[in-house]
Amino acid sequence: MALQMFMTFGSWNCLLLLVALEYSKASSDVNESENSTAQHAPNAWFAASSSEPDERISVFELDYDYVQIPYEVTLWILLASLAKIGFHLYHRLPGLMPESCLLILVGALVGGIIFGTDHKSPPVMDSSIYFLYLLPPIVLEGGYFMPTRPFFENIGSILWWAVLGALINALGIGLSLYLICQVQAFGLGDVNLLQNLLFGSLISAVDPVAVLAVFEEARVNEQLYMMIFGEALLNDGITVVLYNMLIAFTKMHKFEDIEPVDILAGCARFIIVGVGGVMFGIVFGFISAFITRFTQNISAIEPLIVFMFSYLSYLAAETLYLSGILAITACAVTMKKYVEENVSQTSYTTIKYFMKMLSSVSETLIFIFMGVSTVGKNHEWNWAFICFTLAFCQIWRAISVFALFYVSNQFRTFPFSIKDQCIIFYSGVRGAGSFSLAFLLPLSLFPRKKMFVTATLVVIYFTVFIQGITIGPLVRYLDVKKTNKKESINEELHIRLMDHLKAGIEDVCGHWSHYQVRDKFKKFDHRYLRKILIRENLPKSSIVSLYKKLEMKQAIEMVETGILSSTAFSIPHQAQRIQGIKRLSPEDVESIRDILTCNMYQVRQRTLSYNKYNLKPQTSEKQAKEILIRRQNTLRESMRKGHSLPWGKPAGTKNIRYLSFPYGNPQSAGRDTRAAGISDDDGSNPGSPSITFSAHSRIRSLQKQQAPEIIPMKSLRRGGKTLSFGYQRSTSQEEHMGGSRRVALRPKPPFHAVDEEGESGGESEGEAFAVRSRWTTDREHGRDYHRSHSPLLQRK
Amino acid sequence: MIAPSSRPPLSPAHLPGPLGRVSGARPAASPPTPFPPAVSQASLVRLHHRFQALDRNKKGYLSRMDLQQIGALAVNPLGDRIIESFFPNGSQRVDFPGFVRVLAHFRPVEDEDTDQDPKKPEPLNSRRNKLHYAFQLYDLDRDGKISRHEMLQVLRLMVGVQVTEEQLENIADRTVQEADEDGDGAVSFLEFTKSLEKMDVEQKMSIRILK
Repeated sequence: MALQMFMTFGSWNCLLLLVALEYSKASSDVNESENSTAQHAPNAWFAASSSEPDERISVFELDYDYVQIPYEVTLWILLASLAKIGFHLYHRLPGLMPESCLLILVGALVGGIIFGTDHKSPPVMDSSIYFLYLLPPIVLEGGYFMPTRPFFENIGSILWWAVLGALINALGIGLSLYLICQVQAFGLGDVNLLQNLLFGSLISAVDPVAVLAVFEEARVNEQLYMMIFGEALLNDGITVVLYNMLIAFTKMHKFEDIEPVDILAGCARFIIVGVGGVMFGIVFGFISAFITRFTQNISAIEPLIVFMFSYLSYLAAETLYLSGILAITACAVTMKKYVEENVSQTSYTTIKYFMKMLSSVSETLIFIFMGVSTVGKNHEWNWAFICFTLAFCQIWRAISVFALFYVSNQFRTFPFSIKDQCIIFYSGVRGAGSFSLAFLLPLSLFPRKKMFVTATLVVIYFTVFIQGITIGPLVRYLDVKKTNKKESINEELHIRLMDHLKAGIEDVCGHWSHYQVRDKFKKFDHRYLRKILIRENLPKSSIVSLYKKLEMKQAIEMVETGILSSTAFSIPHQAQRIQGIKRLSPEDVESIRDILTCNMYQVRQRTLSYNKYNLKPQTSEKQAKEILIRRQNTLRESMRKGHSLPWGKPAGTKNIRYLSFPYGNPQSAGRDTRAAGISDDDGSNPGSPSITFSAHSRIRSLQKQQAPEIIPMKSLRRGGKTLSFGYQRSTSQEEHMGGSRRVALRPKPPFHAVDEEGESGGESEGEAFAVRSRWTTDREHGRDYHRSHSPLLQRK
Repeated sequence: MIAPSSRPPLSPAHLPGPLGRVSGARPAASPPTPFPPAVSQASLVRLHHRFQALDRNKKGYLSRMDLQQIGALAVNPLGDRIIESFFPNGSQRVDFPGFVRVLAHFRPVEDEDTDQDPKKPEPLNSRRNKLHYAFQLYDLDRDGKISRHEMLQVLRLMVGVQVTEEQLENIADRTVQEADEDGDGAVSFLEFTKSLEKMDVEQKMSIRILK
């Protein structure tokens, strides 16, 4: 049914396109015949008035050439979007094949139409347009949504694999093809070494992220995910650098004149280009982070700043012949952390969505162009070259994967298994990048360009379709889960419990990482960078109002879904029910099983989840919120009953102001529960529906004892990097009166931002849920004063 | 000393003096020795780092508060119970040996374990002990049985809000009914084990970083 809709849309658009093309042909014919002087077809009306004064003023004119380029481009993009809608409507399809398959098909379709109507397609893609406009958004999106913590933890392996892998692949394929070309029988004698090397470099540009969506459900572990992502990120940059270098070589010398000096210079240049690009990116990232510090009054331009600076870094690097791709990647990575804290919520969302949109448009255009070139007359088919290209691509990828990982496994704490390596090998799917590079080969230097283009297209089609479709089953096969179809309800429940348990214990264990370097960087970051780059006083009012708005909505939702009524977590309610055991019929069992499977909470995704084409759906956020709310309720309930959860102690942080009372004092436990028990009675603060997170406290004057006043540190985890910041300003308000006995006991729901990399379906920043809790504490001195602490629930 | 491959199981006689008694004194970077490990040496070092990272006030032990600060546990439906399991017998603090003892349950089972000297006590990460740990998550009152009420509580924790109380009770009934063999209306540890005999518990309750 969905496919039918899609087909209808598709055919509608085809119809539209056909109609437009026919008209354009008609009108251009008419124009040419009537007015041969004007080149760019002016409006027929003008033509009429200048050369044919007798002509009537026509009421209805058609001028297609004026709008041709934007019109067709828009139509293409729309067509692709409609196809995507149809693609996702049929919900099993995204799991079967990567979305790039779809885009290629749409492109081929458009190409077919254009070819069929003999229409001259507008020159959308030439070198400058591609490198200046189409490529940067794609790279920016990749860099922005990259999860930083796993990236930096694995950076050694990633660099080793991405850089060396690309080099080995490029050189290997180039050299092998050169050897093949030497064989006279294939008729390829005129393709020299440089051209082969160039071809090798452009064909080794992989786009593995495209297949990530396919094996999302099979829980790929985080390391593997990061390797694939990192490779995709750096691979583009490296291949483009290689490509440009080799083109420069081709232009500069005749093949025979290349000396070892040149090769050395080439290598040095390679390194400089790479490193220089990264430096540029970092500098620009810091500048833009700094500027966003001051934009609180004109938040509408914040996205603009982010995009313009990233783009600027790209352009500036390109000016100096450094690698713009690496620059823009580094800029995005650097900027992201600080910008996210500085910009307003809406700007943040805007940035994310706009980035996705831009990159999606670029990629669509490239694929469509690829489709257009497929169906056409400019191909040169050479069996030997093409087959050997395909073979060598696979062979060299296998060699590079297994060799490089063998070496890096010696140094890794968690080596990659053979299964992981197979997945990495098989995910070497080529994408838009290689096609663009092939298409942009200068014809003057490459007389056999058509053959290269054909070969590239074949490789892309092969890898995208065949590898892309079969990688899903392969991964699932390798994962080998023994699923017992009919699990009893017991088993289902217990399995889910164990999954949650395992996820929880993994969280307790934390991440094994190189603490040293990370800690040092964090200290440096905390002391210097954040002071400079992060906005200081975020206005209270917006926070408070935001909180109020959220809380009300939460409250309304909760009432409607019946949480409030079913907060019968109380035990006595259950004790009364004495039930005989009912025998349940099989249908009941089935329905029970269904209820369980649908409604049990999903285990928090520890593995990253990145979808190139859309941002992550909301379900796990809702789930997380639900869990949190219920926990709050439970905790408050149990506190009310005086259970011994020593809830009352706020967290200790570096900002501890130890007042006269050391933390570990045994008396404090009793005091806390007593205080906590009393302090919770006012359940309703007239100002805010305080169901969710307000924990109220009273300042109690206790003799000679004061609990340490501690501002909890909120650790905000976004993109995987832990940002912990304390609030200096509120600390300053917290003066502790030396003489008076005041203490603010704050039974606080101690929770921090969730560390989730679940993520992101949408983005790698993984975002199931990030909670930013703020403590606005106001100490009025000299009164017994009751203050509500409202942690802020903010979705980022 | 601690050999990486052998894991003499943890038994009460071998426990070192509790760290918690030393107030304020921080041990140096190396973990306390000697320590009959339930995990490998390398993991021990890492766990010690983690312990120190969690212990923000450098008290030498962890309290519930410290564990509650792990953000991810807050959105885990079983978060509270997991935290509780670190504090057996109502204590308020967990020192490093206790911390490791709990986590040792999740060490992956290796094949060499199968030929164990039957006289030695079972290692903490045996199937039975893993199941026992999971059982204790259900059995809050430690009476050795999961009553229907306890099952219902766990269900409530794990199921979303759309399910009504009645449905939950049905499910709890059914769950107990399926596993209960001697008809006492509760699930004992043996019955629990039996109901999960087909499940690959060793793999489900193993964390590979604890190797």
